[in-house]
Amino acid sequence: MSEAAAAKTARSTSELVALVEALIFVADEPVTAKLLGEVLEEERGSVQAAIDKLVREYEGRESGLQIREIAGGWQLTTRTEFHDEVRQFLKTRPSAKLSLPSLETLAVIAYKQPVTVPEILDIRGVQSATSIKTLLDKRLIVAKGRKETVGRPMQYGTSKEFLLQFGLKDLSELPSIEDFEDMAINNDQLEVVGE
Amino acid sequence: MDEQREQFTFDFHHERPEIVRGGDELKIKIGDFAGPLDLLLFLIKQERADIFDIPIARITQKYLEYIRTMKKLDIAVAADFLVMAATLIEIKSRLLLPRDPTAEIDEEFDDPRKELVDQLLEYEKYKSAAGMLYERSTIEQAIFTRGVIESDENNAEVDATVFDLLSVFQKIAARHADEVKMEIEREEVSLADMIKTLKRRIFELGEVSMSAFFEEMHSKRELVTAFIAVLEIVRTESIRLMQIKTFADIVIRRVDAPQKV
Repeated sequence: MSEAAAAKTARSTSELVALVEALIFVADEPVTAKLLGEVLEEERGSVQAAIDKLVREYEGRESGLQIREIAGGWQLTTRTEFHDEVRQFLKTRPSAKLSLPSLETLAVIAYKQPVTVPEILDIRGVQSATSIKTLLDKRLIVAKGRKETVGRPMQYGTSKEFLLQFGLKDLSELPSIEDFEDMAINNDQLEVVGE
Repeated sequence: MDEQREQFTFDFHHERPEIVRGGDELKIKIGDFAGPLDLLLFLIKQERADIFDIPIARITQKYLEYIRTMKKLDIAVAADFLVMAATLIEIKSRLLLPRDPTAEIDEEFDDPRKELVDQLLEYEKYKSAAGMLYERSTIEQAIFTRGVIESDENNAEVDATVFDLLSVFQKIAARHADEVKMEIEREEVSLADMIKTLKRRIFELGEVSMSAFFEEMHSKRELVTAFIAVLEIVRTESIRLMQIKTFADIVIRRVDAPQKV
């Protein structure tokens, strides 16, 4: 602890900001403030302050990069605006999108987790076995144990990969499902008004 | 193609008109439905009907038309679509039944459509949520992280799992399935012999490519024996299975063997 204290007094704020930037850059996955604090032997609070400062710096100078919070950690990425040029440079194409049934199944799982196959069927009104297999293969969902009910069906929930691929900090960042109800009804009303 | 399209012309002499819409457009729309509820929502919107007061007779008719068209187009109609058709017909018939005149006039009488409406409303929320996820993933695909940096972790051999082993085994087993058509009875190699052979090879060479080892096998039986030998040897000896990266060849290596540089 004395070492940590020594390190803390030895580092200036700008040095800490620079260090945090370097570590976020080299991390393969989004890195948490907690982990940064442990590695740098710094208080979580000062690490978080350094991250916040960094985020503002990137925004302030209209950088081509951004520090963003995703899947519970921090990550350095390009900005969306430059996707055309970046893609051209990397010679990559957008990867295949999920099918409509798979997206629906994923939505049900994201909001209802942990959820069983029969429960998904109740909402979608259609078998979802193929979609569930696709989602498992893509590691977007994971099995979350069996439900203690007749037949002990397997329950599914979303994975960290889901948060990453859909750009979410955590599940609470998903808009409430009830908001979609309002949206759907409003849409209907708008259509009626438009006629 | 053109022949098919001809079939869907409106025939008023036919007892039940089969289909109203033009061939191409229709086909695309059918492919887009994620399920019977999705189709039903589409029909309700198309008919400009109120979801809280669904004209069941009209919607049921449209729904059945679509299913018949799907069958004509040779699209396999999933059982779930037929279940919904049955549900619609049931609701329709229940609505046709005269209500018990002696029953008290209740404002909120039990509408046979209620359950379906609730289901549709619930489904519609998740359909919208799916749309939201689609948008999110589109945005996310426009964001790039840096390329891979070499480190001990991502450079070191990925430890192969039993499933990786199994997939190598299956690949080779599949290849052998076609190959060995005229098999001549040969002496069976026992598991003990196989383990001995493999062990000797590993200790002589330091490491053995797993797929190369499997390729040497002449029959399915031998292949199975070889596979068990690998599992056995990993369990009992100081040996590791290494995979440089996903889908790369799995290598059987002595733990104390000098690493190739």
